Amino acid sequence: MDRMPKWADVILTPLISLALAFAISALVILAIGESPIEALKVMVEGALGSSYGWGFTLYYATNFIFTGLAVTVAYHAGLFNIGGEGQAAMGGLGVALVLLAVPWPHWALALPAAMIGAALFGALWALIPAWLQARRGSHIVITTIMFNFIAAALLNYVLVNLLRPVGSMDPASASFAEPTHLPKLSDMALGFGMEWGKNTPANVSFFVALAACLLVWLLIWRTKLGFEIRAFGKSERGALYAGISPVRITVIAMLISGALAGLMAINNVMGEAERLVLNAVEGAGFIGIAVALMGRNHPFGVLLAALLFGFLYQGGGELALWTSVPRELIVVIQALVILFTGALDNMVRMPLERIFMALRRKGA
Amino acid sequence: MDFPTILQILDSAVRLMTPLLLACLAGLYSERAGVFDIGLEGKMLMAAFTAASVAYATDSAWLGLIAGILGAVLMSLIHGLAAITFRGNQLISGVAINFLASGLTVLLGQKIFGLAGRTPSLAGPARFSEITLPFAEALRPVPVIGPIYAELISGHTILVYIAFAMVPLTWWVLYRTRFGLRLRAVGENPASVDTAGVSVTRLRYAAVMICGALCGIAGAYLATGISAGFVKEMTAGRGFIALAALIFAKWRPWGALGACFLFGLFEALANRFPNLDLGFVTVPSMFMSALPYILTVVILAGFVGRAIPPRAGGEPYVKER
Repeated sequence: MDRMPKWADVILTPLISLALAFAISALVILAIGESPIEALKVMVEGALGSSYGWGFTLYYATNFIFTGLAVTVAYHAGLFNIGGEGQAAMGGLGVALVLLAVPWPHWALALPAAMIGAALFGALWALIPAWLQARRGSHIVITTIMFNFIAAALLNYVLVNLLRPVGSMDPASASFAEPTHLPKLSDMALGFGMEWGKNTPANVSFFVALAACLLVWLLIWRTKLGFEIRAFGKSERGALYAGISPVRITVIAMLISGALAGLMAINNVMGEAERLVLNAVEGAGFIGIAVALMGRNHPFGVLLAALLFGFLYQGGGELALWTSVPRELIVVIQALVILFTGALDNMVRMPLERIFMALRRKGA
Repeated sequence: MDFPTILQILDSAVRLMTPLLLACLAGLYSERAGVFDIGLEGKMLMAAFTAASVAYATDSAWLGLIAGILGAVLMSLIHGLAAITFRGNQLISGVAINFLASGLTVLLGQKIFGLAGRTPSLAGPARFSEITLPFAEALRPVPVIGPIYAELISGHTILVYIAFAMVPLTWWVLYRTRFGLRLRAVGENPASVDTAGVSVTRLRYAAVMICGALCGIAGAYLATGISAGFVKEMTAGRGFIALAALIFAKWRPWGALGACFLFGLFEALANRFPNLDLGFVTVPSMFMSALPYILTVVILAGFVGRAIPPRAGGEPYVKER
């Protein structure tokens, strides 16, 4: 018998955890001498109050959808992929190489090619930790952390020594050619005769991210592979008994996870910067962990959580601009969300379970 | 390379390995007790901030050290609460602690000092000064041994000597005391410790607190020993290098000394020679900075000796009813 009804498990527990995280964030804002209500107002106004704010919110959300999905897929296989940061950085390298090597005539041709490059590089960066976990038993959390640092060093080397145009001092690649520039959401709105989100980075990748949500949902809950991944994640021995190869599932789940993280690069590298710069990922890989935890590792939940974090990111930026609250407030909120929805889950769950048990006893 | 250059590099390696060593031993206590800790970085960062702030306010490096330890222990308490009391995911809790420290230090620093996340620079008694060991100057003219004693062994802050003393002390605690035996047992097979009537929860909390205290010293060293004040993100991944060193050392105290020295040496070499010319090939500094991570992956892969973590690591203990 379940201790709690399903709705309480899926909706009530995370909502209470989230409320706790935000309540403490409000206390932090109070402690540094600002009003939480005023801060929230500035954030809502800055992130959602204009199409300009939305343009940034959606741009950030696109990044977080990809990295959140990456954590989700690995999670269902019982793996904690903390290497989204490195995989997304390598995805950026993949995009840059594809776009710089071939003179693409049109973005519609360049985008699929760049996606392949991004996914391939991201997946390859996840492959080694996956293989080491499956074959040599080294812990995937540690190896993916190490690979984040190795990716950072590698990218630093490539940008300074190989991709940097002659005469440039900036550790960045050359700008991508004009025809490969992705249409911005503002351009598309203009196509419909609407003035929306001028000068914002949100671009067509947002739709790719939405499609990725749907595909991940189909993969996890509607395919044989997804079933195998979930079975393996729930019980490795059970899966082994059912004839599911642990090595195969570990490697495949991590390849998909790495590819999703890598795909983020079509948004930030191809869509926004339009060249590869140092530290292009800016922590989005780690935010994916918070997004996946908050979204209960469901693609729809990830979408909502990514939008919320997009809002926090853009709102936090506005907050730093107009008040004395530094940008790092978002990092604190992110930490509290991870802490309460991820690590302190039982703190909320255990009393709730007791309440529901008591209620049931009374009812029976 | 001549003798003085080698001495200088070794001296710089000793300075750079100190925070690694303290953090590595911190992780050793925690992980040997079965609590994974990827939040070493965050604890050190928090400690660096509290140490620098209090040292600035009181003009005393020692009070700063105490504040640093308190700051890191506070983070440890959160980790203990999540990982031991509420049996949450230890890895996720560690990630949260890293971000919490990274955000809070800047937020608080900006509020208190208004210097974009820095503390004002420390000087005089607010920093740990370098200690000249007895006879260092008198022995200097003695060939080979003299300079080694005067340059390499003498002339560090007290925290460096504390860090080195922690290695035999940790070995003694772990392998020669009842507490150490229980600590190791609780990381391998908590049920057996529980059966013997010893509280698993209390042991693990003790280990996590020791971990916090050592991270506190490491952070205080960063802010008031090796540099003069706190700078945003000043730990710069050292907590993760310490984690790598811990694996490299196979969770053993003397191994930790060796691994941290090696990684400190890499950093010293990378600082000294941005592009290391080995004659046949030039090694870029990025490679040197990535080397600890690469070596750890190789060790983890089991190609060069095998690193086996404590068996009950990462799993919350659920008492049988």
